[in-house]
Amino acid sequence: MSVKKITTPLSDDTVLSLKTGDEVLISGVIYTARDQAHFRLIKLIEENKPLPFDIQGQIIYYVGPTPEKPGEIIGSAGPTTSYRMDKYAPALMKLGLKGMIGKGKRSNEVKEAIQKYGAVYFGAIGGAGALISKSIKSNKVIAYEDLLSEAVRELIVEDFPAIVVNDVYGGDLYEEGRKRYENKYAVND
Amino acid sequence: MRFITSEEISNAVKNLIINSSVSLPEDTYKGLKQAFEKEISESGKTALRQILLNAEVAKTENKPLCQDTGLAVFFVEIGIDVAVKGRNLTDAINEGTRRGYSEGFLRKSTCDPLTRKNIGDNTPAIIHYEFTNGDKLKIMYAAKGGGSENMSGIKMMRPSDGKDGIMDFVVQIMQAAGPNPCPPNIIGVGIGGNFERSAILAKKSLFRKLGERNSDQELDEMEKIILERINNIGTGPMGFGGICTALGVHIIKEPCHIASLPVAVNIECHSHRHAEIAI
Repeated sequence: MSVKKITTPLSDDTVLSLKTGDEVLISGVIYTARDQAHFRLIKLIEENKPLPFDIQGQIIYYVGPTPEKPGEIIGSAGPTTSYRMDKYAPALMKLGLKGMIGKGKRSNEVKEAIQKYGAVYFGAIGGAGALISKSIKSNKVIAYEDLLSEAVRELIVEDFPAIVVNDVYGGDLYEEGRKRYENKYAVND
Repeated sequence: MRFITSEEISNAVKNLIINSSVSLPEDTYKGLKQAFEKEISESGKTALRQILLNAEVAKTENKPLCQDTGLAVFFVEIGIDVAVKGRNLTDAINEGTRRGYSEGFLRKSTCDPLTRKNIGDNTPAIIHYEFTNGDKLKIMYAAKGGGSENMSGIKMMRPSDGKDGIMDFVVQIMQAAGPNPCPPNIIGVGIGGNFERSAILAKKSLFRKLGERNSDQELDEMEKIILERINNIGTGPMGFGGICTALGVHIIKEPCHIASLPVAVNIECHSHRHAEIAI
């Protein structure tokens, strides 16, 4: 299968070109946020206050890295499970968020918002934090430093490996993949 | 009576934690390699390829395999002829945990359950004690990630549910978990005991080496059936679809109340980090 190279911020054309199951390499700026950061971002939206970064066309990566050792750009940095951010994701897509990177299935509300606002949900490989960190070229905390690993970071990534799980057309790799391989396991020992 | 110092224990714990954060145990690596060879789904193979590559990168670059370096879980066997000098054993293990997660640059993941404020040093560790004969202290450690733990489950079943009911329950848990717990998983099952004991047994079963058969023939048979059923769900590596959803099923049973049939299912992610030491 060919691998698509894409850059951030994501244009509408890029979003429309991505299909469930596509392997991608992402380059450009992405932002990190997980549980507690999302909680605070949503509070800002509710209070009509500006977000700590311009969310137009951007990708949020659900990650809480290990602390970097001296001389390292970032520690181990693989995806966390996304469903915990389901409650918050539609509001961010409404403001212009175009991509999310995480692992695990999304709620129907999130999948509907992906189609409605034109966004993509990418799956990264959970438990591959050391490998993924090699594609991260810069790491700057831009908000909520007190949240430690959960702070919001601006990362510059080069060829960050991911796979399209939910596309703008309603495709869902988890559902399609499971159906395709259901009852295909044969015991051979 | 043989004496060991709490300082010796803290240092041993620290080293266990730091080493297992970067180095995938041989049994896990072998299981993943076999899964890679067996997997027929292209996306599933891609996931396994990255997982195996990640293990190499983590080792050579001395970087944690996964950013979720877990809660520190210990099963400790205390020989009746060994005693600890200095601090008590729980303090010694927590001190080792503190040092390991700090000096190893590992993520601190313990927080207050209500305020969600991070404790800051990854304590308290989760520690289970057992007494044995002899003068050794055996410490078994696992870094247990949150993603797989969150998909685990427990059920107080009816005795009439029997073996088939138990196996259905384990498969249902894995169906509901889908891609979330970072498959391919190791599934720990605790049958019997009581409410909390079944969960401890499920966790303990994860410490059995992957690929090692159950010494109880009936449980061994159940493990095989459950493994086949789980791998027929279709979830596959990272949920991308495939035939490798579980690397192994481990069951431990213990007597229970005549009215009860407690069953706990503890899911472990593919980054199955466990290590042990005898002092």
